[in-house]
Amino acid sequence: MGGKGIKIEGMKKRYGEGDTAAYALKDVDMDVAPGEVVGLIGPSGSGKSTLLKCLGAVIDPTEGRMMLGDEVIFDNGWKVKDLCALRRDKIGFVFQAPYLIPFLNVLDNVALLPMLAGLHNDEAREKAMELLTALDVQHRADAMPSRLSGGEQQRVAIARGLVNRPPVILADEPTAPLDSKRAMAVVRILNEMALKLQTAIIVVTHDEKIIPTFKRIYHIRDGVTHEEVGEGRSYK
Amino acid sequence: MISLGSCDILHSWGKFIFTGFGLGLLIGVTLVMAGVYRGMVDDGRILLDNSGAELWVVQNGTLGPYAEPSSVYDDEYRTTMSMPGVDRAANITYLTMQVAKGKNDVRVMVVGIAPGTLGITPGWPPFLAAGRQVTRNHYEAVADIASGFKLGDQIKIRRNHYTVVGLSRRMVSSNGDPMIFIPLKDAQEAQFLKDNDAIWQGRRRDGAGDEAIGTTPSSNHYVNAILVRVVPGYSQDQVADSIRRWQRLTVYTRAQMEDILVGKMIAASAKQIGMFLVILAIVSAAIVAFIIYTLTMDKIREIAVLKLIGTRNRVIAAMIMQQALALGVIGFVVGKITATFAAPAFPKYVLLIPIDSLSGFVAVMLICVLASLVAIRMALKVDPAEAIGG
Ligand SMILES: Nc1ncnc2c1ncn2[C@@H]1O[C@H](COP(=O)(O)OP(=O)(O)O)[C@@H](O)[C@H]1O
Ligand SMILES: [Mg+2]
Repeated sequence: MGGKGIKIEGMKKRYGEGDTAAYALKDVDMDVAPGEVVGLIGPSGSGKSTLLKCLGAVIDPTEGRMMLGDEVIFDNGWKVKDLCALRRDKIGFVFQAPYLIPFLNVLDNVALLPMLAGLHNDEAREKAMELLTALDVQHRADAMPSRLSGGEQQRVAIARGLVNRPPVILADEPTAPLDSKRAMAVVRILNEMALKLQTAIIVVTHDEKIIPTFKRIYHIRDGVTHEEVGEGRSYK
Repeated sequence: MISLGSCDILHSWGKFIFTGFGLGLLIGVTLVMAGVYRGMVDDGRILLDNSGAELWVVQNGTLGPYAEPSSVYDDEYRTTMSMPGVDRAANITYLTMQVAKGKNDVRVMVVGIAPGTLGITPGWPPFLAAGRQVTRNHYEAVADIASGFKLGDQIKIRRNHYTVVGLSRRMVSSNGDPMIFIPLKDAQEAQFLKDNDAIWQGRRRDGAGDEAIGTTPSSNHYVNAILVRVVPGYSQDQVADSIRRWQRLTVYTRAQMEDILVGKMIAASAKQIGMFLVILAIVSAAIVAFIIYTLTMDKIREIAVLKLIGTRNRVIAAMIMQQALALGVIGFVVGKITATFAAPAFPKYVLLIPIDSLSGFVAVMLICVLASLVAIRMALKVDPAEAIGG
């Protein structure tokens, strides 16, 4: 279960060395509690992708601290050793496109993560089925991803992001390809899941349709974050 | 943990079966090539076994009688017989020629065997599949079944016709040509006689009249070799030594003869086959490398996603290697089946032996592992950050 969410203090990220050095992130502070869904918005080139990669532990921040629950992940150049295992166990990813593995059926696409974490196939599939049921796609468990509609695929992708019960979910433009009805459905699912599984969810988005649904929004401009209160409109 | 490799194979099985089939045909050719070589070696050994000889006495300084022409005066065998330690000695002639069979010619090796008794006189075919041995002094033949002749058939060798009275099995020359056994005297005549046509042409060119007939030899007093069996208890090398010393003839033991046949005569073919095997191995490796590389290229995004969600490099490497090995297994099975069914259709004896299949399998697997390394290298370089938009 979620623990204490995700917390970032004074994060900086520099690309390049010497003359070509440039800071993509200059001062990032974030604090997302378990069960909370926050938006991360900003113009192109402001550093959203860079921040997402740091949060996702695929690139290392140059400075600053990041904590997942009680665990320190980055601390001014220090980092936990096994980032691969960290991503597997502590961070869920949901992408703009579902990016399901085409040669695994729906159930195994979701069960793969607990399997990678060392669970037996049966247990992993049981866990996956629970999530598929929660997201109402359990009837497609045996289908190959290519047979699913776009909306179903996205729900399977969310199930995959959640299946290891990570304390944090990073969603990268999860509603971009969807119409407004389906986009709202995804937002509703994310909010329900955040509450149910006590997960902190950060949604990077441009999507005007869903921005008003966030209660809290982080604006990023030129590598600096500003916290704002959102409209928190109903997504029902 | 489920096997990502097998799942991907099942998902794109068409590509695997198709490529595996092509690879299989190549492997099949490879196995047949190895079989051709084994068949040649086996033919050579059987030729030596079936001759019933322990020593081969040939013209001084030659590699005869199989690898080089050799002529020995046909009285020498009496001297050989009198050597200490010699149990049996028998003259033999070998002549490779085309004989007419129906409308076609077959290439055969005509063997002239000395009169004697089966099991005692070296040179006789040890087993017959049908009929009886040659018993008369003239115009009878035992033909190998592979020649296609049947009991009662007439074979024309030079001027004379021979009746097939017996059929042998697996009696072939080192080139794989079926043997035809005829009485020694007839064979000596055949070997040195021009056939009717040649005589007629010779006469016409000489411009001479009937007196030219007198100059045509009607028989000769040479054979190609003397086959010797040693009295039990005597050393073959010692007996060979005394024959060499007293008769000024070259003598080979069984081991030396095998070395000449397998080591010298077949060596060139073996090298040629070896070259083909190398080329086939390279082509197979290129095919496997190419297809595995392409399949991996098509999965770059999935690999980035797999890495991002926490899949270890070794799991991804194993997935790619499994596919290469699967391709190898499919290819080997197809190849083995192809070779087994195609072998009898080859004109030469193709001997498929388990050790060749086994080493073939190991080689295929090794080639597949090596071929997958390129794709694995590429997959390991994929950055998980690629799964997150730029
Ligand atoms: N790998 C990189 N190397 C150097 N500079 C980069 C790299 N990635 C991004 N940047 C720079 O960092 C800044 C932030 O980029 P990015 O994080 O992609 O912003 P966004 O996703 O909001 O468009 C930009 O100025 C971009 O040019
Ligand atoms: Mg971006």
